[in-house]
Amino acid sequence: MTKQKNNNVLRFMTCGSVDDGKSTLIGRLLFDSKMILTDTLNQIEKTSKKRGMNAIDLSLITDGLQAEREQGITIDVAYRYFTTGTRKYIIADAPGHEQYTRNMVTAASTAQLAIILVDARKGLLTQTRRHTYLSKLVGIKHILVAINKMDLIDYDESSYHQICKDYLQFANDINLISPGVNIEFIPMSALNGDMIVERGDFLKWFKGPTLLEFLEKLDTSEDIKESTLRFPVQYVCRPHASDNKELHDFRAFMGRIESGLLKVNDKIKVLPSGHESEVIEIRVGDQLINEAIPEQSVTVSLSNEIDISRGDMLVHQDDSINAVKGFTGMVCWLAEVPLSLSRTYLVMHTTRVSKVKITQIHHKVNIQNLEMENAETLKTNDIAQLSFKLAQPLIVDNYNDNRSTGAFIIVDESTYHTVGAGMIQSIA
Amino acid sequence: MKKLLTHLDWLESEAIHIMREVAGQCSNPVLLFSGGKDSLCLLRIAEKAFRPGRFPFPLMHIDTGHNYSEVINFRDKKVRDLDERLIVASLEDSMKKGTIVLKSNDEPRNKYQSITLLEAIEEHGFDCCIGGARRDEEKARAKERIMSFRDEFGQWDPKNQRPELWDLYNAKVHKGENIRAFPISNWTEMDVWQYIERENLELPSIYFAHKRDIVRRNESIVPITDVTPIKAGEKIENIMVRFRTVGDITCTAPVESDADNVNKIILETASTLITERGATRLDDQTSDAAMEERKKEGYF
Repeated sequence: MTKQKNNNVLRFMTCGSVDDGKSTLIGRLLFDSKMILTDTLNQIEKTSKKRGMNAIDLSLITDGLQAEREQGITIDVAYRYFTTGTRKYIIADAPGHEQYTRNMVTAASTAQLAIILVDARKGLLTQTRRHTYLSKLVGIKHILVAINKMDLIDYDESSYHQICKDYLQFANDINLISPGVNIEFIPMSALNGDMIVERGDFLKWFKGPTLLEFLEKLDTSEDIKESTLRFPVQYVCRPHASDNKELHDFRAFMGRIESGLLKVNDKIKVLPSGHESEVIEIRVGDQLINEAIPEQSVTVSLSNEIDISRGDMLVHQDDSINAVKGFTGMVCWLAEVPLSLSRTYLVMHTTRVSKVKITQIHHKVNIQNLEMENAETLKTNDIAQLSFKLAQPLIVDNYNDNRSTGAFIIVDESTYHTVGAGMIQSIA
Repeated sequence: MKKLLTHLDWLESEAIHIMREVAGQCSNPVLLFSGGKDSLCLLRIAEKAFRPGRFPFPLMHIDTGHNYSEVINFRDKKVRDLDERLIVASLEDSMKKGTIVLKSNDEPRNKYQSITLLEAIEEHGFDCCIGGARRDEEKARAKERIMSFRDEFGQWDPKNQRPELWDLYNAKVHKGENIRAFPISNWTEMDVWQYIERENLELPSIYFAHKRDIVRRNESIVPITDVTPIKAGEKIENIMVRFRTVGDITCTAPVESDADNVNKIILETASTLITERGATRLDDQTSDAAMEERKKEGYF
């Protein structure tokens, strides 16, 4: 490993059921890319021996919490890091079994790529379908189907092709196949290290990239939206109390570009008020820049004094978007306490909070067969389409058009727990 | 291809965003500042997040009383340069009050920091503490939220964390409860050093290789100081060392190194074989689950 410069970040999640070898895959990736350090390895070796295993159990690398070590399963999302010189990687390791759907949705929410593990002996299972459905629901644009445990089917090429074919058929059935979505397949054995970092000796018939090569080359720049400016204001800077007299009238608006580009001299308007202005300065710290790009946190100064506070959104003047008082979206219920239609909740969306009422449960998704069902309430891990009535106007986009302005969380008004996660599908 | 942020710009931008969310959502936050490299990165991020305004929070140091004087002098100079407010919450005050009772005088004090921290939170009514913890430091931290909820007793319940989705952070708490916010959760030790190099950040001198009197004890290098004296049968050596973390003297060990500038430290970090905590924190080696236990008790 050498000193890295000018590389970007790739965030991905791994999903598989309990014994698809998911933790082994991550362990292998970290181990073979030399990211496991000796003291960690010593500890893993000790634990492996304690459990009566001969070889080092690489899956222990990603096991974090005591309860998991005791049960030998992953029960919460764990984040891991490695870097290659080309890229920095953030892995969200999501648990596979059904009762932890919410953890998978959590991991998926920040991922650009989902690696879905399939046991080559078993082919497509209910879990595979569920993971794929959830990845689609949370809007992941890149899906890698890792067909693992090839060593246990003698690296058989025709079985591999059959699984690819079955998967594409399923992807087609749930309308996953579309121009913006990229689906790839790699046969591998995480246990033996075939096609993870090294190609190994038994998969010569496979001409595609290894997992690491795939990760290094994956182009996510097309996922970034440069067309529609969304700049939610997080904080207003008013250093009027400063000793520096020049700053007495200084006012600037702080936030992160969620999508689109913001340039000096751009004509903008503030939503929901509709007041118009022009950008005179954009800074990152004390450095002036001419153009801010998506995901960049900046400080923006405007040409005239207008009333702007946290929760407002800057957009370009020619944008037709308006604040709304209601929407319909898909929600994953996260809390142990079921949804109550008679209560009010809080919705947190970009930097704005509103009280909401849920006006209707349209249907619930049966996560086993992906069919729609009627529902009176929602329990933990349920996924359903709901309609919301808002007390405060929000500036929203459809989640499929814009992840940042289409996503929201539901917060319990009395406990303040995060009880639901939602994705906007349509307005009102 | 469209322009993407480089990894350091992305990490910096994420950290700024998190800090501004704390400022926007919390009514009385505080930033924990030890003089260590991670908290120095936090200060640079706070400058980028809030200048030309003032920081919307004071800084606070939980002082064990066992510090290298270089670090304390550095801490005070940094606060003066920034012209921000520093609160020092001292373990020795808690000891005088009787809320911390040491089993023996030379006992490492790190684990008692949580008591003083919780007392300071209560005294000042803080609803959020911003800290420089990273998920790559230790296994239990890998599952920590960016905004982590603590109950009235400062306890962290790993099985009952608030789910955290997208970058929608829920920092809402009732009186008495609080949030620990970790803006550099997604940074690794390497990222921290690269950021220090890029931003040209000043650090306490003990981070760089220097000659120091040490003894070798249980495979660790123990610096000889007033609070960590030599034991019978040990031999003092004077060797080149540097610290990879700064903290309570009794539980922070240096590593052998010739790296006397940031660039050399980066090269050394790139080829290092031992994780940061494993090498230098004498208090985490007790058991596989040591950190998880301490976090449940309210440790940072």
